[in-house]
Amino acid sequence: MTNKQDTNIFNRMMSIDRRWVFLLLIVVCVTAYFLPFSVPILVEPEVAVIHEFIDTLPPGSIVFLAIDYDPASLAELHPMTYALLEQCFRRNLRVMCTALHPNGPSMAEAAFLAVADSCRLDKTYNGEFFPAREVVNGVDYCFLGYKPYPALVILGMGTNFRLPFPSDYYGTPLDSIPLMKGVQNYDQTACVVNISGTSGTEYWISYGQGRFNFPLALGVTGVMGAEYYPYLNSGQVFGYMAGMLGAAQYEKLADNPGKAIIAMKVQLYAHFLIIFFIIIGNIGFFMDKFKKNREGR
Amino acid sequence: MKRQIPIFLVFVFGVFMVFQYFSPHEASEWIYKFLMDWIYIIGIFAMALGIWSLIHVSYDKIKHKRHDWGYSVVTLAALFTMMFFGITGFNENGEWGFYFMTQEGLTNPMFRNFFNHILVPIETTMFSLLAFFIASAAYRAFRARNVLATMLLVSALIVMLRFNPYFGDTFGFYMNKTAAWLLNVPNMAAKRAILIGIGLGMVGTALKVILGIERGYMGKG
Amino acid sequence: MRYIFVIFSLVFLTFSAGLAQVDTLGADSTLLNIAPPAPISNLTVYDKANDHGHALILEWKPSPDDAAGKNTVMMYEIYRSESPDGPFENIGSVPSGNSRYDNIGILEKEARDYIPDNTDLYYRVDAVTINPEIRTSSEIFGPVRSYSNWFHRGRVPVLFAVLIFGGLMMYFVSVARKGAELYVRPLAGIAAVDDAIGRATEMGRPILYILGLGTADMISTIASFTILSRVAKQVAEYQTQLIVPCYDPIVMTVAQEVVKSSYLDAGHPDAYNDDMVFYITTNQFAYVAAVNGIMMRELPATNVYMGKFYAESLILAETGAVAGSIQIAGTDEVGQLPFFIVACDYTLIGEELYAASAYLGREPLMLGSLKAQDYAKAAVIILSILGIIAANFGWTAFTNIFKVLD
Repeated sequence: MTNKQDTNIFNRMMSIDRRWVFLLLIVVCVTAYFLPFSVPILVEPEVAVIHEFIDTLPPGSIVFLAIDYDPASLAELHPMTYALLEQCFRRNLRVMCTALHPNGPSMAEAAFLAVADSCRLDKTYNGEFFPAREVVNGVDYCFLGYKPYPALVILGMGTNFRLPFPSDYYGTPLDSIPLMKGVQNYDQTACVVNISGTSGTEYWISYGQGRFNFPLALGVTGVMGAEYYPYLNSGQVFGYMAGMLGAAQYEKLADNPGKAIIAMKVQLYAHFLIIFFIIIGNIGFFMDKFKKNREGR
Repeated sequence: MKRQIPIFLVFVFGVFMVFQYFSPHEASEWIYKFLMDWIYIIGIFAMALGIWSLIHVSYDKIKHKRHDWGYSVVTLAALFTMMFFGITGFNENGEWGFYFMTQEGLTNPMFRNFFNHILVPIETTMFSLLAFFIASAAYRAFRARNVLATMLLVSALIVMLRFNPYFGDTFGFYMNKTAAWLLNVPNMAAKRAILIGIGLGMVGTALKVILGIERGYMGKG
Repeated sequence: MRYIFVIFSLVFLTFSAGLAQVDTLGADSTLLNIAPPAPISNLTVYDKANDHGHALILEWKPSPDDAAGKNTVMMYEIYRSESPDGPFENIGSVPSGNSRYDNIGILEKEARDYIPDNTDLYYRVDAVTINPEIRTSSEIFGPVRSYSNWFHRGRVPVLFAVLIFGGLMMYFVSVARKGAELYVRPLAGIAAVDDAIGRATEMGRPILYILGLGTADMISTIASFTILSRVAKQVAEYQTQLIVPCYDPIVMTVAQEVVKSSYLDAGHPDAYNDDMVFYITTNQFAYVAAVNGIMMRELPATNVYMGKFYAESLILAETGAVAGSIQIAGTDEVGQLPFFIVACDYTLIGEELYAASAYLGREPLMLGSLKAQDYAKAAVIILSILGIIAANFGWTAFTNIFKVLD
């Protein structure tokens, strides 16, 4: 690799050791995170439509939240869950929740506890005042928990939530939970929002929305972003949030700035750095070729 | 004979699964659900085998003091610690005991602490490594070597920069439009073509398995 | 002055309390005085098609007082009985504005929502006002029965596709069996497997085989087992070391069996031990951490990634590149293909993974099935073009042939 005649500057530009790339990237990320500045966030219609949908639901409606992610994708997906849950509870909507990923329940619980804490304070979002309120398990939300084989669970819930989940995550039978009174299946929910870092999203689309025809919105990781985008065009999904960007947009819409908005500065400058490296590599590549051509002549 | 019985079983259940897709009858659904239950049962037994395999491999490494055997000690210690806290706990009266798959075991504070303060940060860190690898892979891969590679490079730059808030409204709008077109048209067309190939390949492979032509999964290549 | 104020206040309070009382009375009396709404009409109940039974569908023409007329209908309540004389049981309700109710029952007899099959049932729909006491019942519809269907008519196009494809495969397999020469395009990734094993032997370093994150029922994992059996056989012949860390315990059990028989076939059953194929964890990133650790410690000469991969693909492949291993990947997870293409030396794209087993074996039977896939693909291309033309000219008769109902 370190052939003597190849160690000209252009060649070195082409083959920067990956550890330099790693080092610069971490420096840029940390600096961007701690410097007190902000980047503007443009809201896309596919994110706005979810916010609008939930904002205009009559109080008491049930939003079904499917949390299918684990700690690995928490950075991108927790902000979506937090902003969405806070919006639901502030608007006096009720929330039903499943976590069809083995590590999902702790994610969902963390979100419920954090948002319940936040709701104990008076807050103003988008100029509207919301008084403090107590969010009560069983009344304002019902957490069904985890069950393996998501496709079977999603199908089962289409008939009756009590089939796959005779009792909730804490062992209370569904029939003795106030929120579940008269709630049989997806028909009694206003929409399903699947926040997911796994391929379980496919099941929600094909077995859930495809079979039971409920309005479905997705929040997925950035890596999955391009993969599920087509379902938006086909109308199977009415709203779509992808990655940190989607989360930041939702936080902006909800006027509830959290971790995603801060992370956006990091992401933006990390992108700039990657582009910078791509340009450096290409300059090196072309100049090297040019030089070799000239020498060859 | 040792090979024929499995092939016969695969054929019978494979054909039943095809039949089941076309027949929504209660009877066929009942058999389907019955077979699905087997997956849970087999999965649980296999999990026991899996854990045994992990313990055996790690123990073997420690016993023979193989290269870097210290990591195996960590693995086993972590495994048994989590298991211990996962199935023990204090009940309402503050009495300590074994609670397998019950509320007390699941809410053991030590189990939660290990999960929230060790597993969560480690997993998040592992995932965030992806950002570093994407950066270095992008740097190496995106070279304008020829016309096609240049097109790939330009498309990548457009998609990466599509939400750049510094572009202003007009330029940003067109950038976003172009990126959306790239994702929805050429990207989607290529993806669907690959998916159609995959779909046919899947049916082909499934038929080969059902008919006993493909036996690689039985160790006969 | 103060007394005047107190008296004034008292009078005011009494008066306003009286007013409030009058107001509630007024509201109550309007509630009590709603005229009963007009009933719904044209109630029909029929068996739900293409299902496992225990389900019926109700359709009706809404009451003239639903969002029009007196505008008093709040909802419709649905009642069912096994006899026309009752007793009728309330089984559900829909808000006004609806004209359909799917009465989907539960299969278990003990459940409250159980609907018996092949039994005469009678239905009635009530138009209910804000005061639940005031309602108008429809005429009773019945008898009607629900049935379980043996064949799903909405899936006829799929059945045809399966039959045609199966027929094509049988044909080409029989042609191949008769000894016809079938040409298949060579796959660089597969050819590289042989070289890579040779290289590992020369360097005296192991081969790392990753089956991915898929479960044993996934086609990509099944294809990966086939490639593993081939790799293991060669590894056994060359007396090289093989490491197969697994993510799923069932996959591990199958992979152990595959490697064991390959060693047996290669004539080295004694060289096999169960610890070559071992389980790590069913946690994505913990698995990645473990495999990356193996890569950096053992420095394998070759890493083979075949099967289902998700976000971990690039983390694995880049670490492998750092460790200086030759890397061959194959997956049908389209989203991960770019990562493998960038970081690996050879990548099998999508169906090439499934085809690999046929290339490796070079058995005529396997090649025959590949030929059938090619013809099926040609048919898909032709039909897609026809479909595009038909959709643009609005020839729905053609596109409807391919409609599959769920």
